[in-house]
Amino acid sequence: MGEMDQMKKEAEGLKSQIEAARKAAADTTLADAASGVAPAPRVQLKTRKTLKGHLAKIYAMHWATDCRLMVSASQDGKLIIWDAFSGNKINAVPLKSSWVMTCAYAPSGNLVASGGLDNMCTVYNLKTPVVKTVKELDAHTGYLSCARFLSDTEILTASGDTTCALWDIETGKQKTVFLNHVGDCMCLALSPDMNMFISGACDSLAKLWDIRDGTCKQTFQGHTSDINAISFFPSGNAVVTGSDDCTCKMYDLRSDQEVISYQDAQLNSGVTSLALSVSGRLIFAGYDDFNCNIWDSLKGEKVGVLSGHDNRVSCTGVPQDGMCVCTGSWDSFLKIWN
Amino acid sequence: MQTVMSSKMATSNNIAQAKRTVQQLRVEASIERIKVSKACADLMHYCGEHAKFDPLLMGIPASENPFKDKKPCTIL
Repeated sequence: MGEMDQMKKEAEGLKSQIEAARKAAADTTLADAASGVAPAPRVQLKTRKTLKGHLAKIYAMHWATDCRLMVSASQDGKLIIWDAFSGNKINAVPLKSSWVMTCAYAPSGNLVASGGLDNMCTVYNLKTPVVKTVKELDAHTGYLSCARFLSDTEILTASGDTTCALWDIETGKQKTVFLNHVGDCMCLALSPDMNMFISGACDSLAKLWDIRDGTCKQTFQGHTSDINAISFFPSGNAVVTGSDDCTCKMYDLRSDQEVISYQDAQLNSGVTSLALSVSGRLIFAGYDDFNCNIWDSLKGEKVGVLSGHDNRVSCTGVPQDGMCVCTGSWDSFLKIWN
Repeated sequence: MQTVMSSKMATSNNIAQAKRTVQQLRVEASIERIKVSKACADLMHYCGEHAKFDPLLMGIPASENPFKDKKPCTIL
């Protein structure tokens, strides 16, 4: 038997082994296990603020850790820093490239980052008298779909070149490249303990990575199209994904499999974004059909909807204190709900 | 000669790729898995313990809502 055939055989054997091990652990589903749990209350949130200022589609938003400031990115070529309490604009950062797809706020509040079809992640200092570009992180060979700061000196990126990378902001170099996806990486999320991260890609897989040793530890399948959104459950033991296949799924890390799917026969729009409430009980998922649906994460039932945007909801975010949910849309507005 | 050389290189690239795939599958096959029932119990427990600290689940009194516009009071 040729070497290639031998390896194909071994690969098939290992895949069967993994499938059998997952099946052996699958003694219930989350919906069944949670059948005795009281349903989440019907969630009716009101728009408290509509943030107007962008002149084109909004592609991304990210809360600052102070739960008051947030950054949004629009293809009008600007990042806007908002005070969500007042609705006022604190800063407008002009971008070299208007084809922005992601933005991020550093935990310290000192820096923000953006990136997109320029294949770069640009880091800006908000604390200098005028906002200054700190570094242009340039090594990806595809678009930048997502960026998340670990600190003022390290940032993680996900790219259309199918890789994710950990960068040293001071040197501008990639410290680690995470290789394993075979499709464009569309999203990433940091674990609560900051030792791991998960990525979602156009290969319909979600992957769990060890930040320090650079290796892929687990791969989660089940989606049948691009995964556009991903988030950790607050305990760090599960991840929630949103996909172009119109479903969201929760995968448990320790049992290494999907435990529930959030879907509805009438929903035939892709999921663009998602965020969890602080207890993990509510999932806010933004869809192409202009709505943000609210799911009971344990029972898999829809418990509410945020309607108000006149175009696709492209981004969703809940601040650390869980006091509201922000939605951003191609209609150029951001809305704060609670 | 040229095509033989490039097909040999393509084959060795394919073998290298296949080796990486097998290596990755070995890593993923070797992990310990807990029962889904235990995983679910822990998820449900987490939600239960943290529900009272979840403003979007519990509701926010108007006086404590930093996003709600404060309207002036009129004394009639």
